[in-house]
Amino acid sequence: MSEPSATTSYEVPDSGAKSAQAAVDYQSSTDDLLGEKMVLNMGPSHPATHGVLRLILELNGEIVTKADLDIGFLHRGDEKIAENMHYNQFVPYTDRLDYLAPLANNVAYACAVEKLMGWELPPRGQAVRVLACELARVSAHMLGVGVFAMDVGAMTAFLYTFTEREKLYNLSEQLTGARFTTSYTRVGGQIRDLPDDFIANVRVFIKECAVTVDEIDKLLSKNMIFINRTKDVGIITREDAISFGLTGPNLRASGVERDLRKNSPYLGYENYDFDVPVGENGDCYDRYLVRMEELRQTLRLIEQVMDKMPDGPINVGDPKSVLPDKERVLMSMEELIHHFIVSTQGIEAPEGEVYFAAENPKGELGFYINSKGGGVPHRLKIRAPSFVNLSIVSKLLPGCMVSDIPAILGSLDFVMGECDR
Amino acid sequence: MEITFLAISAIKIFVFTFVITLPMIAYSTYAERRVSAILQDRVGPNRVGIPLTLFGGKKDWKFFGLLQPLADGLKGLLKEDFTPAHVRKNYYWIAPALTAVPAFVTVCVIPFGSEITIFGETVKLVIADIGIGPLFIFAIASLSVYGITIAGWASNSKYPFLGGVRACAQMISYEIALGLSIVPVLMVFGMLNLSDIVNEQAINGWLIFPAWGEGLTNPDTGNFNLGRWLLVIPLLISFFIFTVSIFAETNRMPFDLPECETELVGGYHTEYSSMKFALFFMGEYAAMIVGSALIVTVFFGGWSLGFGLDAKWLMDEAGNWKAYAGLVHLGAFLTKVVAFIVFFVWVRWTVPRFRYDQLMKLGWVVFFELALVNIFLTAGIMWWLAR
Repeated sequence: MSEPSATTSYEVPDSGAKSAQAAVDYQSSTDDLLGEKMVLNMGPSHPATHGVLRLILELNGEIVTKADLDIGFLHRGDEKIAENMHYNQFVPYTDRLDYLAPLANNVAYACAVEKLMGWELPPRGQAVRVLACELARVSAHMLGVGVFAMDVGAMTAFLYTFTEREKLYNLSEQLTGARFTTSYTRVGGQIRDLPDDFIANVRVFIKECAVTVDEIDKLLSKNMIFINRTKDVGIITREDAISFGLTGPNLRASGVERDLRKNSPYLGYENYDFDVPVGENGDCYDRYLVRMEELRQTLRLIEQVMDKMPDGPINVGDPKSVLPDKERVLMSMEELIHHFIVSTQGIEAPEGEVYFAAENPKGELGFYINSKGGGVPHRLKIRAPSFVNLSIVSKLLPGCMVSDIPAILGSLDFVMGECDR
Repeated sequence: MEITFLAISAIKIFVFTFVITLPMIAYSTYAERRVSAILQDRVGPNRVGIPLTLFGGKKDWKFFGLLQPLADGLKGLLKEDFTPAHVRKNYYWIAPALTAVPAFVTVCVIPFGSEITIFGETVKLVIADIGIGPLFIFAIASLSVYGITIAGWASNSKYPFLGGVRACAQMISYEIALGLSIVPVLMVFGMLNLSDIVNEQAINGWLIFPAWGEGLTNPDTGNFNLGRWLLVIPLLISFFIFTVSIFAETNRMPFDLPECETELVGGYHTEYSSMKFALFFMGEYAAMIVGSALIVTVFFGGWSLGFGLDAKWLMDEAGNWKAYAGLVHLGAFLTKVVAFIVFFVWVRWTVPRFRYDQLMKLGWVVFFELALVNIFLTAGIMWWLAR
């Protein structure tokens, strides 16, 4: 049964015949021969679809009877691009995956390549990465909660979260030099250590952020209208969540306690004390609550990271693979040679394949790298959590009302940059 | 008909619509943007002023952006008046007018003040002093839904269509609650003339706050008037239903389903632009102002200052203030209306939006029943008091 999607092409010349053909095609593919149902095109540019998701809905009055997803409007071919550049050159592309948490993507990618190389970061390097990851998580969850609130009509909460995200962008600028596209990590380390007063600034931010989280909590969590809009809407059962391969807060809201930071700890997450919130019903309200609680836990985690921040180097001490200090490059011959080789030929990766997944704000962001040696990957596959999380939408939407669509899409908290990659 | 009556009526129409209501609409858009900005830790429009630098001055006068509505209006007028090819042109053109006109027409029965004396002529500050004020407002205001429905239908596009259908259903369900909720009020007053209703409240205490006049001392016995205070209970319920229904009637948050932007893009006005869109906008704000004015008139004593001040100073023939009474009352009325507009704005930016079916349920299952029961409650209390 073919579906009324825009990607079908017809072998007829003019647009009139084309649309007639499309109508005939639709008639033969639908069970609604009388045309009592309305087919509504939602997106790719629509306020509820967070970017360029396109939904083709079949409506019976206000009730959705069928929903088809059309993705790929933001496809850039990142995986193919990766095959044509050095490992370090691909870092900026990871910024643009989940562009709400670029730091976390940088870290996940760098960790994947380091796993291929068999490197282990020094303790301070790991702690800095954890700090960067968790700041990114605050940023992403703030937006997730805020946009969800806006989708059900509470515009003010959205702008409160944006005030906090603005502060996060300032921190990001201080840390990496860029506000949005951070490109912070390199294979084997970071481009720079923490700035002098960075930790003090993060401490100030955490205090202010906790206040905002409580404020949003007061504004929404017990609001009758908000609860009516979100409770028992878009329920994902435990079984569905597992069989559709959901990850991240969406999975945990359905009652599955799976967080890669706990289940297969990386970067020394096992040294920190934090809880993994789990929902019960798997509805929109639970997904919201899980994100809110994760925000609080993340703030708690950041505090621990800062308290335990060790001293020492932040990069792997392999001069042949990691760019040496700029000062030493200018002063000594050997460093200059290494700098030249690493910059032009890339790092010398061994043959083999490796998969590394990190618990990103949206879920499990995995990088599969197949290397045949040399400075470029033979194949690089990105397991994008938003892509997988979106797969359940066409199962969730039928039976819902039109007004539930923004609530469900908002609660799934996807990013099309990552989904379409 | 006397020529003076016609002349005075024409002047009143001009003043109340073009000098008071229209600027109020313009500045309630400004208030909406500034108040929402304050609520959301933003700045809001604070730039548009007099561009003195254009004329060789050293610095622009910004006036806190107070000229923003002017700039908005100018933009609406100067933009291309675009009509999409797929619309039904006649209906598409008439719909914005059908939304805006009823809102303006209802202004005519709202008493803006008591009365002023000009050239020996005593003029009541209401355009049409008719004996069926509230009924007239309901009758005319419900016509504005035709504009929205026709706009949704004529746009020949799916999102506006859904918006139009929702508007229709919403109006019907809340119109009933609105009408029923005001019945107890009319039972208490025993009259339908809005000017007389306000007069009564000026002397005997506001409807839901009767803290002076008859509200304190029973004219029959001279004792404390407990019965009048007992009536406040059903009247508060009335006030609540009435206010919520006005929110629904004006399509504002949390009832802005016909145009909710996150689902229906722009709802019924998705296909509209420039001044035609601005007319919908003006209609919505005019409805909000008339709604606030009606709430103030019926429940909060309209133009009266309250606390017995009107009887003491302004309406006493011997008092020196008699000459200014009309103006003072006009000011009091507008102040109350502005307070309610700010309330409308405040609510809009605080709460989320209802879902379509929840809205219907609230209208038909909760408010409709509550309003009906409230009528019987009021009747029961009044019967018990009259015994």
